[in-house]
Order: sequence, then C-alpha cells, then structure tokens
Amino acid sequence: MHPVRKQRLIMVIFIVVFASVAVGLMAYALRENINLFYPPAKIVSGEAPVDKRIRAGGCVLPGQVKRASDSLDVSFLITDGAANVEVHFTGILPDLFAEGEAVVVNGRLNGDGVFMATEVLAKHDENYTPPEVAESMQGTDEHQNTCEGMSYGA
Amino acid sequence: MGWQWFHRLGSPRWFYEKTDAWIPWLAVVSFALLAVGAIWGLAFAPADMKQGNSYRIIYIHVPAAFLSLAGYYIMAISGAIGLIWKMKLADMVMKCAAPIGAVFTFISLVTGAIWGKPTWGTWWVWDARITSMLVLLFLYLGVIALQQAYQHQDTANKASAILALVGTVNIPIIYKSVDWWYTLHQPATIKFTSESTIHPSMLYPLLTMVIGFYCFYALVLLISTRTEVLEREKKTRWVNELAAAKAAGGKV
Repeated sequence: MHPVRKQRLIMVIFIVVFASVAVGLMAYALRENINLFYPPAKIVSGEAPVDKRIRAGGCVLPGQVKRASDSLDVSFLITDGAANVEVHFTGILPDLFAEGEAVVVNGRLNGDGVFMATEVLAKHDENYTPPEVAESMQGTDEHQNTCEGMSYGA
Repeated sequence: MGWQWFHRLGSPRWFYEKTDAWIPWLAVVSFALLAVGAIWGLAFAPADMKQGNSYRIIYIHVPAAFLSLAGYYIMAISGAIGLIWKMKLADMVMKCAAPIGAVFTFISLVTGAIWGKPTWGTWWVWDARITSMLVLLFLYLGVIALQQAYQHQDTANKASAILALVGTVNIPIIYKSVDWWYTLHQPATIKFTSESTIHPSMLYPLLTMVIGFYCFYALVLLISTRTEVLEREKKTRWVNELAAAKAAGGKV
C-alpha cells in the first residue's frame, strides 16, 4: 500500500477507535442513568431515591391486582423475582396491562416504600404468536420471556 | 488479480455505464418483493395473540430500522474509502447515502411512535434504544448539513466523512442497547444465533419485506449516485456527448 494511503488508513482507524473509547467511557460513567427504570430489588434495598420522579419496571404479580369498585384506583405488586414493590395508580391502564406481564411505571416512591404512579406503560416482549398457535400451546407461552419461569412466591 | 474492479470503481464513467442495465432489474425485483411482502403481511399473516392487528406495523418498522443501520455503514465505509484512496465515486456514494438513510431512520421512528401509543401507552419514551435512534437521525442530518456547508466539495467530503466515521460508534450501541440496559423497547425478535421468537407465518412476510427494502435501498442509492455523477462530471466530454445523444433522441 502507498505510504500516504497507509497513513490515512491509520488515521481513519484512529478516529473510529478513539471515538469508540470516548463513547464507551461515557456510557460506563453513566451506566446507571441510561437505564430507563429501577428494578424492584433496587427500590427495596434503598438504592432508588425517595420522593423523586423515577420509573420502576417489573412483572405484575398474578392475583395481586386490586381495583376499587367506585373509582379508577388500582394497586398491584411488581416483582423482579427478588423483591416486590406495591404500586398505586389512578387512571386508565394500557390494553396490554395484565397479570404476569411486564410494566414500566412512572411516578414517585413515598416514605412507606409504596410507588405512587402517574403513568403505567405496558412493556411488550419480543414474541409474536398467532392466537390459534398460542391456544394449542395450552398457555405455556402466556407470560413474557422476562416474566417466564419467575417464582412468584416471594 | 481481483483488484481490477476496485480500481475501475474510481472511474465515475465506468460506474455510470455499468449500472445503466441494473436499474430496471432492481426496480422490478424490489417492487415485486415489496408488493408481495406488504400484501402477505397486511392481509394474510395472522393477527398477534396480544396486540391484535397493530403488530403489523413491524412490516415497515423493522425493515426501515435495518436499513437505517446498514445504510449508515455504507455511508461511513464509502466515506473512509474516499478519505484513504481519494476515490471520487466513494465520496458521491457517501453524499447520496445520507438523505436516504435519514428518511429510513425517520420512518422507523415515526412507525415506532405510532405503534407505541396503543401498545405501551405512550408515543415516546427516552429509553436507550429510542434515544440512540434519534442520535442516528441527527448524525445523518449532520452529514447532509456538512455537505452543504462548504464551498469546496473536497473540504465537505473530508468533514462529513470524519463525522460519519465518528458516528459509527452509535450503530453497535443502537443494536445492543436493549440487551445492555433496561429499556421499554423489547429485545430483538429476529435472532441470528438462536431461533427467532416470531411464528413462521409472520416471519416469512417480514423477511420478504426486509429483502425488498434492501433492493429498494440499492435502487434509490444507485439512481441518486448516477445523478450525482452526471452533476459533478458535467464539464467532461463523455457527459456532454451523452447529453447530446439524449437530446437527439437516440438511444444511449
């Protein structure tokens, strides 16, 4: 290779490597802040700030969704398998909200460790299945990958 | 041996004459694939168990997102070739790839927002995947702006090639963001190392659309680059002869 071209090739490689290292260090320094939400384990262990706007994410614990009969109040437990957090919300839940499915909630953690949500988002998984196929599988695939095989006994 | 084609690419005229015959073929193949994939995906593929029919937007969203990433590599690699070998054609490809990539990025952001509203319950969320996709759009817009910002084409090429190269860092971040961090966006459905988590009756129309989008991208990039070749070589004899022949109504 011509020496001038070789020099320019080294320059190009240098630009790419240097930019990768710079961005890599930035992502490393901000690694916790890039996460969209806190898992319940970090909320219970006290790593999440109290009374600040944060997001929490986890799987809705089956059988623990309580709806008020006279208002839109709803409370449920979210879990990551290690810990549970109670979530209170007033409003309309997204269509894909269901027991055993993943959600991301936006709101504040109060002093009692209860999450007062102002927004509930359903987290969709990477599975796409026609209804007939899902039926024939007898609900084995009913839960998301993230929520599958999780022990809800906690 | 083997390197002759690479050196020939240095001649815009050779490229222009060679690709003339490819255009109709690419056009037929890409429109056929897109028509088959769209009708198959929108009308014949089954609805999803949880999302119903709204999942069908993946037939646009996923191919557009694939091409926005692949198109960035095409832009950055041609920028690097232009920097190292001073190849005129590579600079033209880089310039033409930027607006096309920006449009594909924009399509995937918009279709994602339209799908996100009924599925997640929000149009937009600042998670790692969506934010890094937005950065990709700004990188494309930056390359377009740098191409326009300089009087001299050589300076513009150098500046935009360096921006494109620095921006390549973003591509693996976009791709792996859903695995590295907690995001609202779900992980990849089409996997190369293990079985895809989508039923085959939904996967095949999607793959048809992906191949169709790749062909369509190649078609648009070729047409755009050929126009750029004529624009930049308009002072040369071969372009003038070509124009004279066209004006006389002759077949070129």
